[in-house]
Amino acid sequence: MFIINCPYCGERDQTEFTCHGEAHIARPEKPSEVTDEEWGKYLFFRNNPKGMHFERWTHDHGCRRWFNVMRNTVTDNIIKTYKMGEPRPEIPNE
Amino acid sequence: MSNQNRTTYGGKVDRNKPINFTFNGKSYTGYQGDTLASALIANDVHLVGRSFKYHRARGILTAGSEEPNAIVQLGIGARTEPNIRATEIELYEGLEAASQNCWPSVNFDIGAMNNILSRIFPAGFYYKTFKWPPSMWLFYEHFIRKAAGLGQSPTAKNPDRYEQKFFHNDLTIVGAGISGLLAALGAGRSGCKVLLIDENPELGGYLLDYDFSINEKDGKKWIKNITDELNGLSNVTILKRTTAMGYYDYNYLTALEKVTNHHSELSNTLPRERYWRIRSKKVILAQGAFERPLVFADNDRPGIMMASAGQKYLARFGVLPGKSVVLFTNNDHAYMTAYAFVKKGAKVTVIDTRESVNTKITEKCISLNIKIYKSYSIIKTYGDRKVNKIELQKVDKDQGQLIGEIESISTDCILMSGGWNPAVQLFSQSRGKLKYDLKLNTFVPDKLVKDQKIIGSNNGQFNLEENLNESYQAGFMLAKELNFNSVENIKWTGQEEIGFTHSDVEPYMLGKKKITQGSKHFIDFQNDVTAADIFLAQREGYISVEHTKRYTTTGMGTDQGKTSNVNALALMSHIHNKPVDEIGHTTFRPPYAPQTIGAIAGRSVNKLFDPERKTSIHEWHVGNKAVFEDVGQWKRPYYYPKNKENMHDAVKRECLAVRESLGILDASTLGKIDLQGPDTAKFLNMIYTNAWSQLDIGSCRYGIMCNEHGMIFDDGVTTRIGEHHYHMTTTTGGAARVMSWLEEFLQTEWLDMKVFCTSVTEQWSVLSISGPNSRVFLQDLTDINLSKESFPFMKFREGQVCGIKARVFRISFTGELSYEVNVPARYGKFVWEQFIEHGKKYNITPYGTETMHVLRAEKGFIIVGQDTDGSATPIDMNMDWIVSKKKEDFLGKRSFTRPDTIRPDRKKFVGLLINDKKTVLPEGSHIVEKALKQPPMKMLGHVTSSYYSPTLGHPIALAMLQDGLNRMGEQVLIPLMSGKVVEATVSDTIFYDKEGMRNNE
Repeated sequence: MFIINCPYCGERDQTEFTCHGEAHIARPEKPSEVTDEEWGKYLFFRNNPKGMHFERWTHDHGCRRWFNVMRNTVTDNIIKTYKMGEPRPEIPNE
Repeated sequence: MSNQNRTTYGGKVDRNKPINFTFNGKSYTGYQGDTLASALIANDVHLVGRSFKYHRARGILTAGSEEPNAIVQLGIGARTEPNIRATEIELYEGLEAASQNCWPSVNFDIGAMNNILSRIFPAGFYYKTFKWPPSMWLFYEHFIRKAAGLGQSPTAKNPDRYEQKFFHNDLTIVGAGISGLLAALGAGRSGCKVLLIDENPELGGYLLDYDFSINEKDGKKWIKNITDELNGLSNVTILKRTTAMGYYDYNYLTALEKVTNHHSELSNTLPRERYWRIRSKKVILAQGAFERPLVFADNDRPGIMMASAGQKYLARFGVLPGKSVVLFTNNDHAYMTAYAFVKKGAKVTVIDTRESVNTKITEKCISLNIKIYKSYSIIKTYGDRKVNKIELQKVDKDQGQLIGEIESISTDCILMSGGWNPAVQLFSQSRGKLKYDLKLNTFVPDKLVKDQKIIGSNNGQFNLEENLNESYQAGFMLAKELNFNSVENIKWTGQEEIGFTHSDVEPYMLGKKKITQGSKHFIDFQNDVTAADIFLAQREGYISVEHTKRYTTTGMGTDQGKTSNVNALALMSHIHNKPVDEIGHTTFRPPYAPQTIGAIAGRSVNKLFDPERKTSIHEWHVGNKAVFEDVGQWKRPYYYPKNKENMHDAVKRECLAVRESLGILDASTLGKIDLQGPDTAKFLNMIYTNAWSQLDIGSCRYGIMCNEHGMIFDDGVTTRIGEHHYHMTTTTGGAARVMSWLEEFLQTEWLDMKVFCTSVTEQWSVLSISGPNSRVFLQDLTDINLSKESFPFMKFREGQVCGIKARVFRISFTGELSYEVNVPARYGKFVWEQFIEHGKKYNITPYGTETMHVLRAEKGFIIVGQDTDGSATPIDMNMDWIVSKKKEDFLGKRSFTRPDTIRPDRKKFVGLLINDKKTVLPEGSHIVEKALKQPPMKMLGHVTSSYYSPTLGHPIALAMLQDGLNRMGEQVLIPLMSGKVVEATVSDTIFYDKEGMRNNE
């Protein structure tokens, strides 16, 4: 059970949040112009790394804001939380 | 004779307070302070249960939470609990307990036949035997389930109350033995908020049972001084009888406190158990260690127990488990127990697996008349219901064989000690890594996770003095890290007569019979796993430690292998001739010990299981005998039976009232979202499949939302209230989902759009009036001009209704002339009652969700989630008209041209007319081309909605049918579970008022 540092509210218990899968999956600017394969990638293909993962979370039972989380899937340590629109952070060495 | 094994003095039981209890129906007496186990031994009851697989006679192996054998059925009736460790049950007046897994009695158990037949029950027996043929499994399963399992679950409802407590603090310490107490002191003196947890009723742990001194003072007094000081610190909370069950990420722990379990009377004020949910900045584990059994032939007879358990029964309870005792050991420390037993008058013989024993011990043994057999092993034990004789023989360790004469000794108790294993279960749960210590011959903590320490014998530190100093320092340092300053450590000195020395881990002792030929050297007592089973698993290729565990079931069961794990691993290491490190260990998972489900549920039972949502009109529905339906958490009127009407008759009456005159529905549960901001129209264009740019202020529009896969996920009517102000409605069940969906795109994809979404579901009561008389009825109660010209279909007006400011939407889900009157929720019931009163002359009829469903089905309106199931596009639902061809983009649009969504043979939404005009099809029925006697049959689709239509006087159904639009007028077959096959004709989905004239009136 994590403690998650909501960028808007501070540290809260995981029960207040929902995870929504991988972050930084941009919706194609012009969907009508992408191929079926590109559209399929956007819809269905996600990373499942052992190690650092970027994911989207919402603080449902709180401020209801969406934000991004950098989490190590091996240790479950949350390295960083950051607001939507902010760039993907560098993966720290070790 | 009662309490015949009780010593004349000693122990901490209160001999002035006798306690009566029954075991297997027989009455006994124990004392205040006894456990069930100590009281049974005191009364010379050693056979307490039958083993899981072979039904072998089993006694009491340990004196703590690691007990694998002595698990009993505690209590009777609704409060009965299975698999409770007799070693942990505090005796109370009137306690009733019984043996498990035996019939007709523990002394004469029919199932013990399994022991004689054990050659045909090797590891993997079930897997091998009941695998074939596959179709027989259901037959086998019935009998296997009957034979399996230990205790009985109660069949009646649990009358007890359980509570939960959330606790946040600086430091939690698990285990209040000497290490835990000192750590608590080291931190507690600084003022930081400490929680100290121990599963026993008394603090002090293992040292309560042994003689030792600290700073040259008596250790037991010293423990009392520390406990007194801790009790005086207001920042230190001490929980006794509390077992830490789970240790999760970020120092989140769960613990189960037995509050009144040990009381004879149910408490009116206190819960039975309290489940603690603890979040700590720092955690110290100080759970100590478990003594390791020795694996020798027939090492499971009643009367064979751990040396430390014997010590505890003697020292703590004043119970002497045997008078003619054999101590079987591979280490020095266990000799303490030999001395203690001799002191109380027992005759003790020591069998030591080692070739030499130090002089100090040898000399003391001579003075106490204790005979030591060095380099010997027990090769066989005898005794049906209690051990009465052993055979022993000298071992040539180099050659790996028994040599010399077989000797035999009469005995009534074997105490065994194979060394100690740190209790690393919780540490491992917290993802701490373990390493195999070659000196201690056991797994010890290696890498810690964040903000955690592990101390004392729990950390492999068995030296008393080092332990004392490290433990205090650990508490001191963690407090300091949290900026609390405590009293600096003073140097402690501590003495035990015999300290811990390292001991070998011995995979098994040689026995009279070859181990691979089925001799019973038990490794896991609870699951009846023998050394031979481990050998077998390796031979058959189950070499990974996780495979061996599952194949043999070693380490499973209610004790989760607390006594057996390391021995099993050592044996695997021996078989493969590989270091234990390379064998690895299985994963420890919560809970640490069995726990009641009731405690996990806490107060979230019955009415508090799930919140109930009620509209502001709810009381009226209750008063008017509505039958309710759960829609998500909402309670919605299903129908309103009048004069003993059944559902069918009530729904029929309600339907006809709407079609003929006037009905009223409480639609307050509809999801409602208030949308404001300059980009709202642009946003709606992206969210809905149809166009929103041209919607005038005061107009309503129906919309469908699709996900990016192009599948329908919600629908509803959205109305433009003002220039940049819209009112969106969603399905009742989808309200939260839609809200989240809108926010997702506003917050993650279109951050530049200026739109605010606010849930207003509970702010508005929605009274939907429907029927040809709704206009004349409502006109009397409102200042809004309801004329067809002034207020046409799909428009919105604001005005007074019954003197309340209201929003009125002219939309219809029934196909009739209809108005949805929205008033602030606090006026909902008032306006409803006014409507009922004034509607009398039009026979106003309240109707529920079932009537609503029938009326909408007559019109072919879909219900998202009933007619659609997340795999239907608007095109599949025959709703091409709502999919904009002009808009360049909206959510889901691109997916409408995916190869799968343009497949010509997709299922399409159609109507079904049942040929016999009588049968109402069960929803979910399959539609087939050809009806066969039994499946499989080629399926063409399924029925999504089905009702008897009172308006039409015959049943109707809606269905998803492969290539349905090209099958209009065709005959299809619907086989029912009963074997009957129903014939139906494919039709249009609109059954009534096909031109849609009625709602345009």
